Amino acid sequence: MLIKSKKSYQLTDNDITDENVYVNRRQLLKSMGYIGAGTLLSQSIARSAGAAPLDFWGGSEKANFTQQTLDYKKAPATDQLLTPEAKVTSHNNFYEFGLDKSDPARNSQGLKVKPWQLSVSGEVSKPITLDYDDLFKKFPLEERIYRLRCVEAWSMVVPWIGFSLADLIKQAAPTSKAKYVAFETLHDPEQMPGQRSRRIGGGIDYPYVEGLRLDEAMNPLTLLSVGLYGKTLPPQNGAPIRLVVPWKYGFKSIKSIVSIKLVEKMPPTTWNILAPNEYGFYANVNPEVSHPRWSQASERRITSGGLFARNRIATLPFNGYGEEVAHLYKNMDLARYY
Amino acid sequence: MIAVLKALVHLAAALPLVWLYYGAVNDTIGADPVERVIHFTGIGALNILLISLAITPLAKKFKQPVLIKFRRLLGLWAFTYALLHLLNFLFFELQFDWRLFIDEVIDRPYITVGMFAFAILLPLTVTSISAIKRKMGKSWQQLHNWVYIAAVAIWLHFYWSIKSDIYEPGIYAVALIWLLSLRKDRIKRWLFKR
Repeated sequence: MLIKSKKSYQLTDNDITDENVYVNRRQLLKSMGYIGAGTLLSQSIARSAGAAPLDFWGGSEKANFTQQTLDYKKAPATDQLLTPEAKVTSHNNFYEFGLDKSDPARNSQGLKVKPWQLSVSGEVSKPITLDYDDLFKKFPLEERIYRLRCVEAWSMVVPWIGFSLADLIKQAAPTSKAKYVAFETLHDPEQMPGQRSRRIGGGIDYPYVEGLRLDEAMNPLTLLSVGLYGKTLPPQNGAPIRLVVPWKYGFKSIKSIVSIKLVEKMPPTTWNILAPNEYGFYANVNPEVSHPRWSQASERRITSGGLFARNRIATLPFNGYGEEVAHLYKNMDLARYY
Repeated sequence: MIAVLKALVHLAAALPLVWLYYGAVNDTIGADPVERVIHFTGIGALNILLISLAITPLAKKFKQPVLIKFRRLLGLWAFTYALLHLLNFLFFELQFDWRLFIDEVIDRPYITVGMFAFAILLPLTVTSISAIKRKMGKSWQQLHNWVYIAAVAIWLHFYWSIKSDIYEPGIYAVALIWLLSLRKDRIKRWLFKR
């Protein structure tokens, strides 16, 4: 069993993409002139912009974020092929740091996570505030290997490290009025270029907000993650603390959380505000219900291997976690509550 | 001289593809090579098509009729990129799931529009052969006016495929509207006085 899990880790070592390749790629793209006009423009504008002209774009190579090694209980061995660490940390939707999937890794390395404050408030009798160190010390950390299914019909397998959201919520002692949980990402336009500029941030109203029903939040699968691949989270993956709800599309798993609020009414959620006919509150992975732009019946599993990797696989209801969560949605029309 | 310039244009269009597919096969161009090749060839097709549409106005403005000699070549490269874009989608994204391909073309408006644009570019490419062009006489121009409709359809395909950004498609919209407005009389005649 142990040998198996080692195998997948070795694979990640082999498949790490050299950072130089990324740099050269962009140089090459630019010199050839075949990159989107907007991308070119975004860089030149960012360079000439008055505020922090080189901090996020030109100078991002200087800023480097240090990940710390974590102490945690290892996950039982799995025969699922893990997505290599280099891919998990370079293919991110985190519009606060740009729209292209390679943008967050490039633009977020200066993010300050120390000090950090995560508050648990609202309909609770014992409000909590966790400081940076508390995130790693308050609860025993464990590794969980989860499938991550993006609404864009690609998926990864990620070894997260964290603790159950339920443990934190229990400590705050929700009142009887608490029916939903509302999450909020850090709002710091100085650090997050996408929050400064609607163009870089994709026209989203920040801060990013997400929500769960209380019973979803209390499900043992629901994870507050503080690390991946044995180390603290890098900024592009939502440092220092993020949500992971493995049976829902990835956009529900909000990053860099500063506030968790227990509330009575269903809270607004960012993508639902932006396009209510495309993204629902529940957003459970469901091969039966298509997104207007993507069939959700199958997905491409991103692991190692290049263009010819035959990685299209069938999408499972609740991303394969039906046994653990299907009961939460008994008697609900999931085509209507997508 | 023109032959040299043409060779340079061919190189400028072909080399990025060599680089792209080399990197994609070896998994060195980002976490998801499939998405990368699809986006690269798609935006490349639109870029080249817009450049080809700029040729005639530029030739007129700067009185450089020699520029016209580059129009067909650019049009063919735009088609090549569009063809690769479509094949990438079918081969690498859907991995030959033909049923899914047909479903996607029918169910997803942005893909329907993209296929419509490709269906226009295809006969334009075939009829670019000199012998066929001569044979077609006046109807050749009639047919090739459809490139304006293809350009609009490609832009719409691009705009609809994006989740939330409006700035990049906005820049392309401005470029396209400008290029079409330079020919507004011709387009009006073609569309309304037949």
